[in-house]
Amino acid sequence: MADQNTTSATPALEVHDLTVSYHSKPVLWGVDFTVPQGTLTGIMGPNGAGKSTLIKSIMGLVEMNSGFAHILGGPLEKVRQQVSYVPQRESVDWNFPASVLDVVLMGRYGKLGLFKRPRKADKEAALSCLEDVGLLPFKDRQIAQLSGGQQQRVFLARALAQDADIYFMDEPFAGVDAATEQAIINLLKKMREQGKTVFVVHHDLQTAPEYFDWMVFLNTRLVANGPTKKVFTQEVLKETYGGKLSLLVQVGDLLAEEGLPPRKG
Amino acid sequence: MNWLEFITFDNALIRNVVLGSTLLALSSSVVGCFTLLRKRALVGDAVSHSVLPGVCLAFLFQGTKDPLVLLIGAFITGWLSLLTIDLITKRSRIPEDAATGLVLSVFFGVGILLLTYIQHLPNLANQSGLDSFLFGNILSISEKDLYVFGAVAICLLTCVWLFYKEFQVLSFDEGYASTIGMPVKGLRLLLTTLTVLAVVVGIQSVGVVLMAALLITPAAAARFLTNRLGPMVIIAAIIGATAGLTGTFISSAFRTPTGPWIVMALSIMALGAFFFAPKQGILAKWIRQRHWNRQIQDENILKAIFQFQLDNNSNDPVQTETLIKWRPMEAKQLRSGLKRLSSQGYLEQNNGWLLTQVGQKRGERITRLHRLWETYLTKYLKIAPDHVHEDAESIEHIITPELELELEKLLDYPEKDPHDSSIPRS
Ligand SMILES: Nc1ncnc2c1ncn2[C@@H]1O[C@H](COP(=O)(O)OP(=O)(O)OP(=O)(O)O)[C@@H](O)[C@H]1O
Ligand SMILES: [Mg+2]
Repeated sequence: MADQNTTSATPALEVHDLTVSYHSKPVLWGVDFTVPQGTLTGIMGPNGAGKSTLIKSIMGLVEMNSGFAHILGGPLEKVRQQVSYVPQRESVDWNFPASVLDVVLMGRYGKLGLFKRPRKADKEAALSCLEDVGLLPFKDRQIAQLSGGQQQRVFLARALAQDADIYFMDEPFAGVDAATEQAIINLLKKMREQGKTVFVVHHDLQTAPEYFDWMVFLNTRLVANGPTKKVFTQEVLKETYGGKLSLLVQVGDLLAEEGLPPRKG
Repeated sequence: MNWLEFITFDNALIRNVVLGSTLLALSSSVVGCFTLLRKRALVGDAVSHSVLPGVCLAFLFQGTKDPLVLLIGAFITGWLSLLTIDLITKRSRIPEDAATGLVLSVFFGVGILLLTYIQHLPNLANQSGLDSFLFGNILSISEKDLYVFGAVAICLLTCVWLFYKEFQVLSFDEGYASTIGMPVKGLRLLLTTLTVLAVVVGIQSVGVVLMAALLITPAAAARFLTNRLGPMVIIAAIIGATAGLTGTFISSAFRTPTGPWIVMALSIMALGAFFFAPKQGILAKWIRQRHWNRQIQDENILKAIFQFQLDNNSNDPVQTETLIKWRPMEAKQLRSGLKRLSSQGYLEQNNGWLLTQVGQKRGERITRLHRLWETYLTKYLKIAPDHVHEDAESIEHIITPELELELEKLLDYPEKDPHDSSIPRS
C-alpha cells in the first residue's frame, strides 16, 4: 500500500497554483485545491473547462506552465503504481489488433515491469475486473467490435486491473446506458469503502450529488472545491456554467493571439 | 550463378545468400507491424527514401563500396529525415503528412542527384554497384557482410521479442503507457531506431525505392488475417520471409535486381490474403453467400411441398410441374434443389416427390417460423397483416431454435397467424 509516512491524513491530491496552456493559450489558470483520501470526487464543469487537461497534467501527460500536483503527499513518480488513469474513449484507435482481455491485461503491465510477461495470476485478476464491469462474456472479442459504452468499460476494467489506490477517470459514463452506469457507480462506491480515492469527470448535474461526496468545480479557474453538501449550490453552479465568457477566457485568447507566455514556473 | 545449384542449395554461398535475404525480409516485416500500427507507414516510406543520400555521401567520402560504411551513412540520413519531420511539425503549421512528403522528396531528390554525380565521375572505379541500392541486389553482397546484416536482423528480432509487451501498449495507447510508468520516450526512440535499422538492412534485398512495401505490406496483409497482435506479427514474419525467399530465388534465375521480385511476391501474397482470408476474405464471403442462398432455396422447396400437401389434405407424391405452378420458382433451381434434397434424405422420389420424416419436420418448422414471425410483427411492431409476408420470407431462415422457443413463449403459443392460417405445433 502507501508509503510508510503517508497516513490517511495525507491528502489524496494536492494541486498547487497549477497553470496549463496549449500553444500559449491558458486553459487552466492558477488552480489550487486539496482533496482528502477515501472520497468519490466529481470533477465538474462545462465543455472546454479544462477537466481533461487537469487530469492529464496531474498524470504527467501535458506539461504544466507553473505549479505542481502532489499525489499522496508526493510527486507522481513516487506513487505511480498506486495511481490509475481512465482516458476518454476517443483517445485511441479501437481498430488495434487486440481482444478485450488483451487490453485489460495492459493494466497489469505497470506492476510487472520491463521484459516480464503476464502470468496466470495476472490473467485471473484481469478476468475478475472484466466481471466487475460486466464484460466477461466479451473477453475474446476484438475491441473494434464493441459498442462505445462497452469500450469505455474496457478502459475501466483496465484501470481496475492496476489495483491502485487513486483513480482518475475521464468521463467513464459517456455513452454508457443507465443500468450499467448504476452498476459502475456501485462499484466505485464499493472502492471508496475500501479506502480508495476516485476522481470522476462527470457532466450530469442530476445524478452528481447522489454519486459524489466531494466535488471540484472548474471553468478555466477553480470555482469551488469541497464536500458536496457545501459546494453543490445554486451560486456555484451559476458561476461554473453561467453562459457568458468569463473575463479570464477573453484574456487567455488575447495572450494566445499575442503569443505571450502566461507565466513561467 | 547456376539455377540448379540454387535450387538444390548445393553451393554454400548461395545458400547463405538465400537464407540471409529471407532473414532480412523477415526482420523488416516484424518491425513493420509496429510501424503500421503506430500509423507511421508514410514515415517509414520517408526513411526508406532518405537513406539514399546517406549511402551516396558515405561513398563519396570513403571512396569504397564497403556496405558497412554505406549503411552507417544510410542510418545517419535516415535518422536525420525523422528529426527534420519532427522539427517541421513542431515549429510550423505544416501537418505531419505534408512534412513527411516534403522530407521524402527532398532527401530522395538529393540522393538521386548525388547518385547521378557519382556515376559521371571519371576516375572512380566500380561505382556502378551503387545503383543496387535503388532496387536491391542481395546477390552481389559478400559473405562477410551478409553475416553482419544477419546479425543486425537477429538483434532486431530479439529487441521486438524482449519489448513486445511495451511496444504493444505504446502502439495502442501511448498516453496510458506513460501513466503506468513505462519509459515512453526511450521506447519510442528504440522503436524508431529499430525502424531505421530495419530499413537499412532491408534495402540490401529490396532497395530504397520499394523498401516501404517490405515494411508495410506484410503487416497490412497479416492484419487482414487476424485480430490479435501476436498472430499478426508471426504471420507478417512468414509473409516477409516467403517473399524474401521466392524473390531472391527468381531474381537469381533472371539475374535482375531482387527488390521488384520480392515486392511482386509480397503483393501476390497480400492479394491472396484479401481473397482467401478465413472470415473477411472475398472468397469466404462468397462461399457464405452461396451456402446461404442454397439453404433458403432448400427450405423454400420443403415448405412449398409441405404446404401443398397441407392445403390439399393429401399425402400423394407432388409433381415438379405442380410445384412450379403452385409456388412460382425458377425451374432449373428447383430441379437442382430437389435433387440435392433427395440426396440429403429430405425427399423421396416415387412417381413425384414425397417428404421423408425429416423433410416433413423441416418443412413444418419453416412454415411455423414464418407464421410466428408474421404474428410477432403484427402484434408487437403493429405492422399491417398485408405487409408482413415479405419480411417473414427471409427471417424464417435465420431464426435459431432458442429464438423460436422465445418467440412462441412471447406470443403465448398462438394457434393462428394474422392471415388466419393455423400455425403448426412442434
Ligand atoms: N491538444 C490540444 N491542443 C490545443 N488546445 C487544446 C488541446 N486539448 C484541449 N485544448 C483546449 O483546451 C481547453 C480545455 O480542454 P479540455 O479537453 O481539458 O476540456 P474538458 O473540460 O475536458 O471538456 P469536455 O467536457 O468537452 O471533455 C479547450 O478550450 C480545448 O479547446
Ligand atoms: Mg474532456
